[in-house]
Amino acid sequence: MKKNHIILLAIAAALLLVLPQYLKNYGVYLLTYWLIFVLATMGLNLTVGYAGQKSLGHAAFFGIGAYTVAILLKAGVSWWIGMPLAALLCFVVGLILGFPALRVQTIYLAFATLGFNTAVWLVMRNEEWLTGGTFGINNVARPGLMGLSLDANRPYYYFVLGVTVVMALLLLGLLRSPWGKAFTALRDNPIRAESLGINIRAYTLLAFAIGAAYAGVAGALFASLVQFIEPAPFAVAASIMMYLMVVMGGPGYFFGPVLGAAMGVVVPEWMRDVPGVSEWYLPMFGAAVVVLMVWLPDGLLSLPDRIRAKRASREASAARSAAAAAAKGVKA
Amino acid sequence: MHKRFTLQLLAASAALALCGTAAAQSSIKIANIVELSGGGATAGTNFKNGVELAVKEINAAGGILGKKIESTSNDTQSNPGVAKGLTQKAVDNEVFAIFGPVFSGSIMVSMAESRRAEVPNWTGGEAASITQQGNPFIFRTSFTQETAMPKVAKYIVTKSKNLAIMYVNNDFGKGGLDSIKKALNGSPTKIAAEISTEPGQVDWSAAVLRAKNSGADAVFVYTNEEESARALRELRKQGWDKPIIGETTLTGQKVIELAGEAANGAVAHVGLTVDAPNPEMLKFKANFYREYKYISDHNGIKGYTGVYTLKAAIEKVGKLDRKAVAQAMHGIFISAAKQPGVLMDVSFDNRGDLDRESFMVEVKNGKQEVIAVLPALNAAPKK
Amino acid sequence: MTDFFQLFFSGLATGSIYALAALGFTLLWQAAGTINFAQGEFVMLPAFMMLGFMAMGAPLLVAFLLACLVSVVVLGWAFKKSIVDPLLRFGMMPIVVATIGLSIAMRNGVRAGFSAEAHPFPSLFGDALFKVAGVTVTAADIGTLVFALLIVVGTQAFLAKTVTGRAMQAVAQNTESASVLGINVPRMIFYTFAINAVLACAAALLVTPTYLAKFDMGESLGTKAFFAAIIGGFNNSRGALLGGLIVGVSENLAAAYISPAYKDAVALVIFMVVILFKPQGLLGKKEERKV
Repeated sequence: MKKNHIILLAIAAALLLVLPQYLKNYGVYLLTYWLIFVLATMGLNLTVGYAGQKSLGHAAFFGIGAYTVAILLKAGVSWWIGMPLAALLCFVVGLILGFPALRVQTIYLAFATLGFNTAVWLVMRNEEWLTGGTFGINNVARPGLMGLSLDANRPYYYFVLGVTVVMALLLLGLLRSPWGKAFTALRDNPIRAESLGINIRAYTLLAFAIGAAYAGVAGALFASLVQFIEPAPFAVAASIMMYLMVVMGGPGYFFGPVLGAAMGVVVPEWMRDVPGVSEWYLPMFGAAVVVLMVWLPDGLLSLPDRIRAKRASREASAARSAAAAAAKGVKA
Repeated sequence: MHKRFTLQLLAASAALALCGTAAAQSSIKIANIVELSGGGATAGTNFKNGVELAVKEINAAGGILGKKIESTSNDTQSNPGVAKGLTQKAVDNEVFAIFGPVFSGSIMVSMAESRRAEVPNWTGGEAASITQQGNPFIFRTSFTQETAMPKVAKYIVTKSKNLAIMYVNNDFGKGGLDSIKKALNGSPTKIAAEISTEPGQVDWSAAVLRAKNSGADAVFVYTNEEESARALRELRKQGWDKPIIGETTLTGQKVIELAGEAANGAVAHVGLTVDAPNPEMLKFKANFYREYKYISDHNGIKGYTGVYTLKAAIEKVGKLDRKAVAQAMHGIFISAAKQPGVLMDVSFDNRGDLDRESFMVEVKNGKQEVIAVLPALNAAPKK
Repeated sequence: MTDFFQLFFSGLATGSIYALAALGFTLLWQAAGTINFAQGEFVMLPAFMMLGFMAMGAPLLVAFLLACLVSVVVLGWAFKKSIVDPLLRFGMMPIVVATIGLSIAMRNGVRAGFSAEAHPFPSLFGDALFKVAGVTVTAADIGTLVFALLIVVGTQAFLAKTVTGRAMQAVAQNTESASVLGINVPRMIFYTFAINAVLACAAALLVTPTYLAKFDMGESLGTKAFFAAIIGGFNNSRGALLGGLIVGVSENLAAAYISPAYKDAVALVIFMVVILFKPQGLLGKKEERKV
């Protein structure tokens, strides 16, 4: 199995590096858009998939990251200072959001985060002096990298790809470390984890904070990609979409967000081009979510595990009946 | 993945081959980039329907310069990021012109792309800032708020000394608020209250109460259709007997249908209405109804007349050259007699703003009645 | 002072609308462990169904009964069989996600398949205006409030006083014991879904005249209903009513006295305060967590 994984990864890496050379503006833009969502949902995957929390407010952090960078750029501060500040701000706000998580569980937490998202969105929309309100902030610049301009679509794509890969490796490192195990313990059985000496409070807060920071970085990249930001993409509907992306890809699977973001961002684009389908791609997407949940509630990436589990159980029951038959002295 | 790669390669080479030989195309491609879901779904859908109706009519009559129009529609999801991407896609597909988006927020982003690619872009947006960016490729299909509001202001000044303004808290509403305040600046009319309301707001009791308590002697309602209907009902319910003034969205047919009796007496400045006393407009209303089984709103008219404006410009230039067409649009005057599809005489200025007649309309007995015809700001030759 | 009362009564009317949507939501959670994110769309669909039946010539009440019938089958039985039953054993979140998908599908399906426009809807109560102590109310305001009260009280009575109702409560509290006692558990759960479908239909009948039949009418209604249900008490039917009324009235008061731009924040703030200090809601009972 391992060898297959390495081959798959190699092909994927090659495609990611080479494909943009053959795509025109829109294709490159779409790929960049997708990568940014992969980054944002990676953070959500940590919070929801690995740490088992419920967060329906992720788009708020996405927005805070985007607005921070945009406002600072307008004030003359470089993107390279704005982006880490955005991540830091999101980290802090994420910590704050973690506090309700200490007091309420599952569905109540989900609604609390939803409420948080709405509150943040309202501030973005109403406080025109800060965020430009519904008029938004236009002409957001793209960063320069050591003298290289990233204004064009293709260079910006490679930049985003680089950032995403670096952040992904950081996340992988985190998940492999004892911290990662603490997060999964938190998800599977928090009370038992606490009895084992894991500081539940700290890890819960961190799950939100780190996830939020990832969304903040993604937001910073988003602002420079679209070059105009307004409150609409950071509303509750976007949070719900991100949550769906994580769930569809497979919460708790490292590459879940890659697949989930593809389903949420790229597939609808393809479907839109199919004649006759264009009006219906959203209802079909909704229906696909329902079907996926009924068929594979643990997400798409759980499919290999499912097959393996089925095979194992089949073998086990075959072994059991063989043993029973042998015990009775009758051929199976 | 491989198939897509090959297709992309083919598309890329085909596009390269077509570069610079736009005139060799056998059809005129236009992209309809509009809101088909999200907050702008109703406006975008109606705009799209207007565009497609015009395309159908033009193709049936032989097309433009003998070539048929091929239009594709794309959904921006009321999201500027998506609008930007779709515009890039349309540019990749070598379209001749782009129609939409309708929402001002989206057009501000997408028109940067169409400008870069030098593709003429018609929009349904009404925000003033659209034509203040120095973009030579953007053209309106309706009045900018900067043109419309002074006209309304002139009427308001005759009816009110103390005005309450109820506006919807999005770029459309806030842009209108800013424009009307600017237009009333220096006039004897003072602003008694600025009342913000939500898109989709259901309960208007607080808003109407604020208006009543502000000491206003008239209210200016600037929201979208459904909300306008609810506002009218609440005003009636709370016994408001002073003037209710608005813009196109206040007295549309849909609003009258939804508000019922409460709409009577409302007065609005209307740039585009299917009830204008104009035979071409009535024909359009009937055709639209036959095609889509509902009565068009002003967005449908915007899309429809926009396509005919494109046609007029192409015919003036005589060939399919995007830059020449954009240049021809500046300062063009299109008479409805020669180009019935534009429904009313219209002229464009160098910034892409349009100028034409408009109407003051009052709702009487459940119908829009034109009480005054306001001429275009630049006195155009009579029909 | 009349201002305050005007706002209060309008708020009660709006609040009773939220309460109706919240009630079914609460019921499904109480009795069947289902969080239905598509509750708003469950109100939207019957509204369009009724429009369809009326377009075919049926009078309003007949259309209502027909819509109730269809809703019980589609939003009750089919929903339970195809989505809830397969997912219940996986816990709560898969159902939440599935109903999110369902709401997207329903909302956009109506938009693409029917119309993106708002349609008027006839009111049961007519347009009469009443002036009571300086406050203007419409017949619909009073009617909706009265009906909502009746429905909530009726549901409460049904659950507490009838045998079937008590059986449903038993299933909600302890499914295993209920089945050991001979209660037909699947049927009780089906009744819950059927009742929710009828409640949604009733909500549609009462609210659509004000909300107007539009594909996205369920969106804001659903969200407010969730908050109302949790504020009032997620495991209590009267809580839905209380929560709805509180949200409706506070929104209006906040819009008039504080800031109209932050109207939507009011439900949130109350919600946050309630779940931080009384997570089971104002009228709810505390739930234990098993290790």
